[in-house]
Amino acid sequence: MSDIADRVKKIVVEHLGVDEDKVVETASFIDDLGADSLDTVELVMAFEEEFGIEIPDDAAETIQTFGDAVNFIKGAV
Amino acid sequence: MFDLTGKRALVTGASGGIGGGVAEALHAAGATVALSGTREAPLAELAAKLGDRAHVVTANLSDAEAVEALPKAAAEAMGGIDILVNNAGITRDNLFMRMSDEEWAQVIEVNLTSSFRLMRGVLRGMMKARWGRIVNITSVVGTTGNPGQGNYAAAKAGLVGMSKSLAYEVASRGITVNCVAPGFIATAMTDKLNDDQKGKILTQIPAGAMGSAQDIAAAVLYLSSPEAGYVTGATLHVNGGMAMV
Repeated sequence: MSDIADRVKKIVVEHLGVDEDKVVETASFIDDLGADSLDTVELVMAFEEEFGIEIPDDAAETIQTFGDAVNFIKGAV
Repeated sequence: MFDLTGKRALVTGASGGIGGGVAEALHAAGATVALSGTREAPLAELAAKLGDRAHVVTANLSDAEAVEALPKAAAEAMGGIDILVNNAGITRDNLFMRMSDEEWAQVIEVNLTSSFRLMRGVLRGMMKARWGRIVNITSVVGTTGNPGQGNYAAAKAGLVGMSKSLAYEVASRGITVNCVAPGFIATAMTDKLNDDQKGKILTQIPAGAMGSAQDIAAAVLYLSSPEAGYVTGATLHVNGGMAMV
């Protein structure tokens, strides 16, 4: 697993308080990991800070799963 | 009782009577304050009077860019923002049939839209801290209406609905959003009224007196305190009984 995926996973685990093995490629933040809509906003904020990137609102809306987040960040850093 | 030691508060309209009183009360409770307003001189004077833990951050709230920059400047000066008091407001009174689009737009822009932008600007830090207090100063006329103040009453009523909506969104993060609605408060503006005018106003107030900036400041201090953590989406009316709502 890439370094980026590890860092994203760490943020998700810490923020949502979920088991690491539940954070898989297709895991939906809201449907599978118990996030509410505000959690998703906070996750995006945390990703922005961790990776020093800007995630515009329209892009943030497309980030639904752990895999989406990793892919977006890989393309942005 | 209410200890704000270590908390950092941004107060808009701090050059005015109510805003100055609010800033003084929060400061006296131990908070670091950022005093905002359009005119630097009265802010600098208040900051000098308060001494330590007081910063001046000027901003013209009718300028969208200045509004966006204000939370950043205040956070830079203080190291963060834990408490936001949206107190700044203007009036452009006119009878409804004579009110211009400009009079309408100016009041909505400064009283409602700038508050929205400032609230949005401070949320990130409060969300991370899992603690925040937002207090919006509204007005009794937002509830009762007032002839000649269609624009002002609309902006103040709008603040109430906006505050409740945000209160829903962020309650789980330890952030409260409340309003304080002053009635008739003695300020430089009401000093200009003659005795006859004042007498007429007082007949509408069961308490028989105008309120003071300190009356409003005490309400804001409470809603900014850790003790008020379970109060959110509320409007605290401070009006001597002139509207019991």
